[in-house]
Parts: sequence; structure tokens; C-alpha cells
Amino acid sequence: MIFNEQTWAELSNGFVYSAIAVYALAMLMYAAETAGRVAGADTVAARPHARSALLGAFGTSLTVLAFLLNLGGVVARGLAASRVPWGNMYEFVLVCALAAGGAYLAFLSKRPIRAFGVWIVAIVLLALGLAVTVLYAPAGELVPVLNSYWLVIHVAAAIVGGGVFTVGAVATGLFLVRRRQERRMSAGVARDRYAASLPAAQTLEQVAHTAHIFAFPIWTFAVIAGAIWAENSWGRYWGWDPKETWAFITWVFYAAYLHAQSTAGWRGVRASWFALAGYAAFLFNFFGVNLWITGLHSYAGV
Amino acid sequence: MTETEIAKPEETSAGRTSTPPSWGWLRWVWRNLTSMRTAVILLALLALAAIPGSLFPQRNVASDPAAVMQYTQDHPRLAPWLDRLGMFDVYASPWFAAVYVLLLVSMTGCVLPRSRRLWQSVRSAPPAAPRNLARMEDHQSWETADEPAQVLATATAHLRRKRFRVVTEGNEVRAERGYLREVGNLAFHLSLLALLVGIAAGKLIGFEGRVAIAEGGTFANDRSQYDAFTPSAWTDIDDLEPLSFRLEEFDVSYQTSGPNLGQPSEFAARVAYRSGSGEERSTTVKPNHPLNVNETKFFLTGNGYAPLVTVRDGRGEVVFTGPVLFLPLDGNYASDGVIKAPDAQPTQLAFEGLFLPTADVGPQGPYSRFPDALDPQLFLTAYTGDLGLGDGVPQSVFTLDKDQLTQVKVDGQPFSQALSVGETMRLPGGQGTLTFDGVSRFANFQVAYDPGKEITLVAAIVMLMGLTASLGIRRRRIWVRVTPADGGGSRIEVAGYSLTRREPPPAEIADLVTAIRGPVIDASTSKDSPA
Ligand code: HEM
Repeated sequence: MIFNEQTWAELSNGFVYSAIAVYALAMLMYAAETAGRVAGADTVAARPHARSALLGAFGTSLTVLAFLLNLGGVVARGLAASRVPWGNMYEFVLVCALAAGGAYLAFLSKRPIRAFGVWIVAIVLLALGLAVTVLYAPAGELVPVLNSYWLVIHVAAAIVGGGVFTVGAVATGLFLVRRRQERRMSAGVARDRYAASLPAAQTLEQVAHTAHIFAFPIWTFAVIAGAIWAENSWGRYWGWDPKETWAFITWVFYAAYLHAQSTAGWRGVRASWFALAGYAAFLFNFFGVNLWITGLHSYAGV
Repeated sequence: MTETEIAKPEETSAGRTSTPPSWGWLRWVWRNLTSMRTAVILLALLALAAIPGSLFPQRNVASDPAAVMQYTQDHPRLAPWLDRLGMFDVYASPWFAAVYVLLLVSMTGCVLPRSRRLWQSVRSAPPAAPRNLARMEDHQSWETADEPAQVLATATAHLRRKRFRVVTEGNEVRAERGYLREVGNLAFHLSLLALLVGIAAGKLIGFEGRVAIAEGGTFANDRSQYDAFTPSAWTDIDDLEPLSFRLEEFDVSYQTSGPNLGQPSEFAARVAYRSGSGEERSTTVKPNHPLNVNETKFFLTGNGYAPLVTVRDGRGEVVFTGPVLFLPLDGNYASDGVIKAPDAQPTQLAFEGLFLPTADVGPQGPYSRFPDALDPQLFLTAYTGDLGLGDGVPQSVFTLDKDQLTQVKVDGQPFSQALSVGETMRLPGGQGTLTFDGVSRFANFQVAYDPGKEITLVAAIVMLMGLTASLGIRRRRIWVRVTPADGGGSRIEVAGYSLTRREPPPAEIADLVTAIRGPVIDASTSKDSPA
């Protein structure tokens, strides 16, 4: 093959930049759809609705395309470095964006949740934008301590869990917005047309719940795999290193969410705040701990 | 979400007004402690309580042992207060323990009765159908020409084949499935207790230690030989694994080209070790590949340079010779360290300075350009006087106690010199010399013995399996009620009931209906969710 590491690395970058461009287009489409939906939310006119549905379908096609470009970027990156492509923060973010996009599309094939699209795409776009500007690191070998198959397993699980948690967080946030609007509407003070255009609160809550109970065992597995790796490399499976601590905090908040969902009086709105707290802890672990707190896990490569 | 709901238990509590030897209030406390709401609150508290430990430096966290001391120096007023609150040892503090102990008690109190109930429901038949089936989920009813007995038999056979537990009582079929969900949930919660047992075993019997060894140096597994040793309450310190080893050589290689120039690609410590009175064996310890001798494990966790120096005193006698550990300061291994010669006469000698493996001089002064030792140099200043080692207070080998030392000066300026390998620094006035003989490396080993970790691992695996079962499996019931229809044949009612928050698999009832030849239901009513 004429492809060497350098060309793979350049190809990867090309894919990633194209993914950004296509995601940006997808976001425009979705935003236009949302605008149309909002305009039509309290009118019965069918026409703007049909047009905005078409825009939304375009948005989804573009999202699929951008997802595939993102995938291409990740695979090419792996070929450039001859290893799994999640060895530094740039690559983590790339793969996490991929997981979030993939989780969204997987849910979209089962549930009518295109109203999420604009948010998911915005988050993914932001993540990819950060990746190429702030976090970029050239493809290369791993530092020796990362050179372990537990890296492959642990990080892969954490990233997949994170992607699905992202969908859960968006669903939860929209659920809160929509729920408030439904309450107000029954009290006769409905004004929020955006909220009114969203899927029913019950649907949103179900999607959130499904996403969370799917992601939670994966996250649990990621934490356990991390502990096994830590035992392998530092001689103790748990040492309250900041990264470990925040993984624990994330886990415990989500456990609180699952319990609140089974507690009379906490189900729904109150439980949702725990899920959002869990997601905030996950994000902080990803960005805050990597960039601001020093610990044994400082391999961010930035 | 009403406030009355929270207040309710108090209103019903009988214990407050009754006479002292009443168990009423205790029962009230217990009922509240083991309630789901308490579990949620305690979980949230546990998450919040864990946060300060990641923001303040911690005594028992491996990354930087000196961090607490540094923080105390930087914040002299705040630090004592934080210390009193346990902020430098969060995960061993009483308040952190209080939260998780309460949580575990709450959980046990919640889960044991649930286990009993599960056991009872597994031993008894699925419960009777509610009188009004029409209020249940997916209710359907229709009439058919088939005889009731035949319909009941078909439904029973179908549900059995679908792995439901089925009983037929009178004119109804009662079926239930998904008991494993409950089993998983209980296994999950109880394995948390086992997890804690495993952690406790490690914390009570095991130990952790750290030792830095220069190439050629030896180590015997005895407490006195550790740089840091953290025993547990019941560690048998006199009975550590009998073991000795020698660091033969420490190999490193760095990337010499490409975008990650200077990034390490390999660390490998070649060691010769002897277990008990056995033969000497050799092995290579690398990151992620510890040396394991009967569960006492040696992990390679760091490395650095140990310049070889010889110090002669004012009389010309050799008062020190050998490697001195210098601690790396940056990724290119600019390292600092001190050299002490307490035996020097007429005055004790000390040197302090930088080691640069590939020395260069930039606008900010000397720095290291590359982590490998391509052009090693030592930049030293010298001290004379009393090292302060005589008063019995243990001193770090990496710092100088300068209280009774005077810096050697020439013309009022500190005397300093840059040395390449082979060069010698001569102190003014014939107070002594230091020769830079060569460069060797040292390796840092983290040593750990944790007899509880297998328990923890098994508990974690059970926990994960239990959790997956608990979240993935849906426990549900199905009832079929058949009554003779007025004009012959049967009137059939079918309904389901989910015991979990998720809907039962949507096709289940439809399949049952098809099996007993009812109407084929419209596909659009199926609500699916990824399992
Ligand atoms: C040590 C702290 C605890 C942790 C980490 C924990 C974790 C979890 C998790 C992750 C779940 C989700 C699995 C599922 O929904 O089936 C769960 C479920 C459950 N937990 Fe806990 N739990 C703890 C303490 C408790 C306590 C104190 C109680 C009782 C008050 C409790 C009662 C339950 C119940 C009843 C469920 C099933 C909920 C349902 O049916 O959806 N747990 N627990």
C-alpha cells in the first residue's frame, strides 16, 4: 500500500474536518426544522409542518453522513498510530463524539426523537471543535503506562457509556422543559412555544430512562475495568485519584437517579436532577480533571 | 412530590408521646432509615462527600506525597482548619465513613426483607388475576367458538413454552416471568457488602510501600528498607514475604524523531531477585508488568537519574562515592537533588543543584532539551557547616536543612559550577572537591500486598452481573381468563402487568393472542424499546 502513517494521519484530519462541516450543515437543517415546528406548534396549519419535516429528514441524513465521516476519522487515526485510537484527549473526544452521535442515531431509529437532533448535533459539534482547536495532538505511540489491553477495554467502555449518557442528559433536560410547559398549560398559562413543540414529556422521560439504564451497567463495567487496570499498573485497584473519585461520583449520582425513579414523590422531575448531576460529574471528569487537577491519570497530552 | 408525603411518617409515629421503654421511635427510625427516600438522600450525600477529596491534596493518595505539606505552607491559616475537618484525609474521615456505613445499613435493612419476599413469591404460585382485568395493561377481550378448557390448555402451553411460570386455577391462567430481575437486584446490593469486606481485608492486613533503587542497588523486603511504608492495622510487619532483589539495569528508550519527539517508548527494569532462600532469578519489570512474588507485587511506577559522584573532604579523603538520586522536575528530566557528606572534615559538606541529561542554555538559563542522557551536566552550589543530622530527627535525602549551613561564596557571589562527566569542582580554600563520575538511573517501585483483592474482584463481577440482570430483565405477569359465552364457545380476556418501570416486551401479548387464535392486533400499537 502507498498509505503510510503520515497519509493516514492526514486522511484522519480530513475526515474530522469534513465531519465538522457536515455536522454544521446538519445543525442548520435541524435548527430550521425546529423553527418551523415551533412556528407550527400552536397553529393547526399543516404546511409549515410538512416543510420542516423535510428539513428534519435532511438534517438526519446529514447527521448520518457526518457520523460516518467521524467514524472514518477515528479509524484512520487508529491506522496512523497503529493502535486503538483513544490514547490522548484529542482522540477521546473524537471517539466520544462518535459514541454520542451513534447513540442518538440508534435511538432515533426506534423513537420519534428528532427534536433532540439540534442539541445532540450542537454538543457533538462543540466537542469536535474543541478537539481540533484546543486538544489536537499528533498521532503517535502511547506512553508506556498506557500500553495495556485494559486501556482498550476500560476507555472504550467509558466512552460508549459517555455517549449514551449524553443522549440521556439531553432527553432529561428536554423532559424538564417539556414537563414544566405541560404543567403550565394545564394551569392555563402556556406560553413556551418551543417546549410545546417537543415530544410528550412521557416519551422524553422514557427515552431518558432507557438511555440511563443502558449506559449505567456499561459505566459500572468501565469503572471495574479501570480498577483492574490500576491494580495491574500501580498495585492498587482503588486509590482515590481524582479521576477515580469523579468516576465514583458519577456512578453514585446515577445510582441515586435510578433509586429516585423508584421512589414515590421523587420520580420524574426530582429524579432528573440526579441524572443531570451525574452527567455534570462525567463532564467534569473528562475536562476538568484532565486539564486542571493533577493526578496519576495526567496523560491528556495537551 | 408533596410535602405531606415527607411529613407522613412523623405523624404516624407513636413513639414520641409514649413512655421511655417504647420501641416505637426506634421502629420509626428504622423504617425511615431503610426507606428508598433515605437511600436516595444518602447516595447524593455520598457523591457530594467524595468531592472535597479531589480538590484538596490528600495524605493517602499516591500522586504526590508532599502535596499536603506544600498546601499547608501555602495556606498557613486555612490548612489547620481543613485538617481538623478531615479535608486532607477525606476517605478515611469519620463523616465520610458515617455516610457509607449508614448507606450500607440502610441497604441491608431494605434488601433483606425484599429477599424474604422474593423467596416467598418464588415458592408460591403467581397471584390471581384482579377482578377487573380491563384496568390492566394491554387488555383485550373477544369471543371464540372454542371450548374454555381447550383455550386454557392452549394458553398454558404457549406461556410455558415462553418460559413463564404458569398455573391454571379454575377459569384463569396466571403466569409470571422475570424473577431473575429481582434475584439480580438482590445479588447486586448484597455484593456491595462483599465488596466492602474485600476492601476491608486489604486495608486491615495488606500494606503499601515505595522504594527508589539506583542501578546496582539492592533491596530486601524489610520495613526499614522502604522509603515509605504504610502498614495496615493488622499487618504482620515481622513476617513480610522473604525476598531480596537488585536492580541490574534500567533501560529506557525515547522517540528520537517524529511528532512526539522525546516521548518515552519503553521503560524496563532488569532485576535479579531471590525469594526466601531460593535461587536467584532474573526478570524484567515494566509498566503494567509487575514482579509478583507470592502476591507481594513490585510495580514500576517511576524513574529518574542518579548521577555518580565522588566527594573528597579538606583532607583529601573520599567521604562519599556512588549514585545520588535526583528527582525529575519536568518531562525532559531536568532533575534536582542534594549530595550530603556528613563525614567530611574539618567541616561537613553539602551540594545542591540541577542535573540536566541533555543540557542546553536558553533565555531563562540552563535547561534540559531531551530526556535521554546525551549531554549530561550537573549544576551545583556548595554548602559547609552542620548538616543537622546529629540531632536524630529524620531528614529527607532530597532536601537540605540549611539552618546551620553556610553557602560557599567567592567574591560575595554563591560559588557554582557546571560539570560534565569526568570534571571536578574544587571548593575555594581547599575545603573539598566533587567529581562527576558518570550517570546511572534509578527506578521507583510501588510495592503492594493486598490479600482482599480477589474477594473484591469476585464481588465486583457479581455486582455487574446482578446489575445487568436487574436493569435488563423485565418482571411481568400475564393473565388469561376464559368464561363460557352466552351462545356457546368462550369469552376470552387477556391482560398483562409490569412489575418494573419498563413496559413488557410488546409482542408478548400479541403472540399469546395469536396462539389462542384471537384477532391479529394492529402492529402500530406495538411500543418497542431496546432491551
Ligand atoms: C450502597 C448503596 C446503594 C447502591 C450503590 C445501590 C445501587 C442500586 C442500583 C444501581 C440500582 C438500579 C438497579 C435497578 O433499578 O434494578 C438499585 C436498585 C434498587 N435499590 Fe439500591 N443501591 C444502594 C442502596 C439501596 C438502599 C439503601 C435501598 C433501600 C432503601 C435500595 C433499594 C433498591 C431497590 C428497591 C431497587 C430496585 C428499584 C427498582 O425496582 O427499579 N438500594 N440500587
